[in-house]
Amino acid sequence: MTLATHESIVSFSLPGTDGKAYSPDSFAGVSALAVIFWCNHCPYVRAWEDRVIALQREYAERGVHFVLINSNDPAKYPEDSFDKMTLRAREKGYPFPYLFDESQTVARGYGATRTPEIFLFDRDRELAYHGAPDDNYDDPAAVAHRYFRDALEAVVAGRTPAPAETPARGCTIKWR
Amino acid sequence: MRIDFLYWEECPSHEDALSRLQAALAEEGVRDEIIVTHVATEAQARALAFPGSPTIRLDGRDIQPETATDGAGRLTCRLYLLEDGRPSPLPSREMIARGLRTLAQTTKEVRR
Repeated sequence: MTLATHESIVSFSLPGTDGKAYSPDSFAGVSALAVIFWCNHCPYVRAWEDRVIALQREYAERGVHFVLINSNDPAKYPEDSFDKMTLRAREKGYPFPYLFDESQTVARGYGATRTPEIFLFDRDRELAYHGAPDDNYDDPAAVAHRYFRDALEAVVAGRTPAPAETPARGCTIKWR
Repeated sequence: MRIDFLYWEECPSHEDALSRLQAALAEEGVRDEIIVTHVATEAQARALAFPGSPTIRLDGRDIQPETATDGAGRLTCRLYLLEDGRPSPLPSREMIARGLRTLAQTTKEVRR
């Protein structure tokens, strides 16, 4: 079952492409933490990738951190292997940790089903927003609703995002 | 002209892609029927050399062969490169229209 609004963050301890291990405690004190299910191969991820990078750069100075998690089975999708993740993070200069959920237990714990799929937690690490980055994967110039940005603004200001939930649009997570 | 539209339902862009194909056909005055195939299994994907959803073939030729990378075929979502270089899960209407015009031109030349 997918994590519901106001539920607490689900813990994890996962290796990152930067050689470090990360858990929610690695981000203690930050005003908001976005856990984003991600991968390399998915075209929806690719379409939103630059927008998500830009948002992290913009909100970093306001104490907001993103962490990306790839839970796909690399046996089925070799582009999603840890080595390929490392390459992608380097090529794009990811300003956030990119973690590998090899056992897929973290994705199951969150009830994540798609990539990209955002779980944004507030200062108390309660789920404040869950869903898509915005309403147009195809054309950034045609976006009408910036769900994630609006949710970030709300959380940083101590408000409840509206909407707090949107449908995640993307590839399905590739289970073993 | 044979117009194939192949999709896997787990990739949400297929409905928009089919609408764009229909619009491009109307714009170019093409009245041939679209043959829609739902690719549902890995075996079917391999048999059709399916490079991902959505895929459009005009007389068997992919509208963007350079991104139809997986010759073996598998169930996956398809990445297109748009005219401005952006990646997208959705082919642009212009990309489809260009494919139609190229095919019409080739057919005309062969007939001469």
